[in-house]
Amino acid sequence: MEADSKPKKSGARLCCVCNQNRAALKRPKTLEQICRECFYAVFEEEIHQVILENQLFKPGERIAIGASGGKDSTVLAYVLSELNRRHNYGLDLFLLSVDEGITGYRDDSLETVKRNELQYGLPLKIVSYKDLYGWTMDEIVKMIGLKNNCTFCGVFRRQALDRGAALLKVDKVATGHNADDIAETVLLNILRGDIARLSRCTSIITGEDGPIPRCKPFKYTYEKEIVMYAYFKKLDYFSTECIYSPNAYRGFAREFIKDLERMRPRAILDIIKSGEDFRISTTTKMPEQGTCERCGYISSQKWCKACVLLEGLNRGLPKLGIGRNQGLNSDGSISARGPVVFAQTKSTQRINFSVSTL
Amino acid sequence: MACNSSTCKSSGCYEGYEAEEQAKSKTKAAVNGGNSCQNLCVKCKVNEPVCCGIGGENSRFCKDCFKNNLYGKFKQAVTYNAMITPPDKVLVAFSGGPSSRVVLQFVHEMQYKAQKNYDANKDKSLPVFGVGVAFIDESSTHSFASQHIEKAIEDIRLIVSNLAPPSKELFVVPIESIFSSDGIDGKERLKELLDAVSDVTGKEDLLIHLRILLLQKIASENGYTRIVLGSCTSRIACHVISATVKGQGYSLSADIQYVDLRWEIPVVLPLRDCPAQELSTLCSLDGSLKIVELLNGPCSGINGLVSSFVKVLQEENPSRECTIVRTAGKLTPFHFNRVPEIHDSNVPSATRRHQKRYTLKPNGSLSSDSFCPICNSPLKKSNFPSSLRSHGNQKNPDLFASACSSCQFQILPKDPSLMEEFLSLLPQQMITKAKHRDQGAFSLLREQIQEFLLSDGENEI
Repeated sequence: MEADSKPKKSGARLCCVCNQNRAALKRPKTLEQICRECFYAVFEEEIHQVILENQLFKPGERIAIGASGGKDSTVLAYVLSELNRRHNYGLDLFLLSVDEGITGYRDDSLETVKRNELQYGLPLKIVSYKDLYGWTMDEIVKMIGLKNNCTFCGVFRRQALDRGAALLKVDKVATGHNADDIAETVLLNILRGDIARLSRCTSIITGEDGPIPRCKPFKYTYEKEIVMYAYFKKLDYFSTECIYSPNAYRGFAREFIKDLERMRPRAILDIIKSGEDFRISTTTKMPEQGTCERCGYISSQKWCKACVLLEGLNRGLPKLGIGRNQGLNSDGSISARGPVVFAQTKSTQRINFSVSTL
Repeated sequence: MACNSSTCKSSGCYEGYEAEEQAKSKTKAAVNGGNSCQNLCVKCKVNEPVCCGIGGENSRFCKDCFKNNLYGKFKQAVTYNAMITPPDKVLVAFSGGPSSRVVLQFVHEMQYKAQKNYDANKDKSLPVFGVGVAFIDESSTHSFASQHIEKAIEDIRLIVSNLAPPSKELFVVPIESIFSSDGIDGKERLKELLDAVSDVTGKEDLLIHLRILLLQKIASENGYTRIVLGSCTSRIACHVISATVKGQGYSLSADIQYVDLRWEIPVVLPLRDCPAQELSTLCSLDGSLKIVELLNGPCSGINGLVSSFVKVLQEENPSRECTIVRTAGKLTPFHFNRVPEIHDSNVPSATRRHQKRYTLKPNGSLSSDSFCPICNSPLKKSNFPSSLRSHGNQKNPDLFASACSSCQFQILPKDPSLMEEFLSLLPQQMITKAKHRDQGAFSLLREQIQEFLLSDGENEI
């Protein structure tokens, strides 16, 4: 399979779907040469089918779209409102953004989301770290430096999204995780030995036992196609990387996936299929779900991860909750026994309720 | 799971990451070093250490302790999984590389000890297992000079003849002899077959499937009861990732266990817990472990990409391969990965005791009776009928419509009109195996309706 065909000769090829218009692009997923209109059609139709087959939504539900202003969530907001109208899903859609308080990054991207609110006519709710936790990411980074800051951000964002969703009284949150993200997560979970996450990272709906489930309508949608869609539709999105995340580790797996995709486009779908098919015994013990004694959020421990991290911040012990030695004594006091391990995210990921983007 | 057993947990998996953390390593140095042990082997505390294993500073062993440690991992895998029992005749697949060189050496040492015990024992009650060596010559699929391969084969003969007593049979078999029962020119046929596969990765994988098939053939024709492969942790880690990438998540757990009874002759992997790096270190330390350099073209395609990915990961964290294999080890294995119960009184009772503790727990939902006719991987039931449906309407109601999705994509031709020709190129052994399986399934069906059938003959149906 040729990686990149020669520069297209104008008018030489017709779209292989409609056979009428000139092919304008090569579909990253299948390498078919198709025209722009057919691309929109297949792109939207595939997502529609995924929604139907997996029964992601029920008529009358209130759905929050996790909106960061980036390409994935912008396209998701656009496509979902389009499909909702076209196929009469009967959904009430909302945009839900988290303001981490990162100057030069989130403030700009939130401007994009605010424009999207008007463009797509979807009500927007913004929840901020400052309001929820009393700390902005800028302040946290100032205190703890650029190591482990993503642990804080990840733990806080997960909870912030849930709180925002609760405020909006929605039934479900839809996130813009795409096929590349999921394939990457499958690989990362293998690399770090996390069998529990490996077993659930490919589920299209998660947290069904919790108060507000989440779903990933883009589970089978290639990142390249999302970019292509946003590009051709001239959607308004924000494309700067977070200034605090030069995350080399995840980036490395991503690079590997891009290489694979170049060699064999279906590799991304194959990885997801593998992830779905892994024979993971259902009797493998999973952590018991309880609630945090402090804030009432779901937690497998006495205190939820966010509260442990927050307590550390407020008491000036930011290393609390990072690493495997974090914990709570039976009397409710927090202790960091032994040497505090300052490893990479890897060791924190071992703990079942820590950072989880998926 | 595997790595838990030995060095890995203590030295590698967890602490590797933290090594970069300066504060941590300083405290560690204060604990470890600062005394006279600094320059002595951490195990025997007598000899000077010579190498660093995967655990970096934690495993400064002297040469002997290093070798004993590796041999220990090998022996543990062999004992716990009853890989080699006294009445067995094992065929070691030897490629000339470090892993298979070490496995050959270890099997030899085990046999040598058994022989000594046998000689010393008056009643000669425990027989000594037999060992054979098989080298598959794949030079016909490459294009390098034939002198080189002749020299390599000469070296291999020398290695094997030096591993005596007890003496070992050596089989040097060209890969194309997989077609020998078809009564045709194997070389030509092999070339045609490989040319018919357009995908680079598919070609490579097909060659691997042919290789294991040929090993099966050699073993069964010469009365061997086990095939020993030198697949090391690194190799298995690469397989885990590449199988995932190829969409073989379901069958993956079948390929990475110590024991694989899918085949007529069981295949065992005693080096599952030994990383490649340690094996090559051993080869370079021990002058007698000569490696045969063979220019087996580097992996290309998906496999090549995966192995360079894993290599970089391993450099970043020396226990990464171990973690990958351990993760995959947590996937549920298949029933054919279970070590068969041994009631033979010839088997040492220690082995039987271990076995009781370590055999995989039976799982009700395990049975999977259909296998891909090309790669022999178990098929997921829900995937099975759909693949039949899509291909079943063809004129050729072939067994190969039931190939796994990965083989369908990367090995079988996409154009259905080319299918018949492609199938005619496959070795007879593969086809009969598939047919046999199919009939097995058929007779299973028949069994279910047996009481309603009026005639006993198969032929009437």
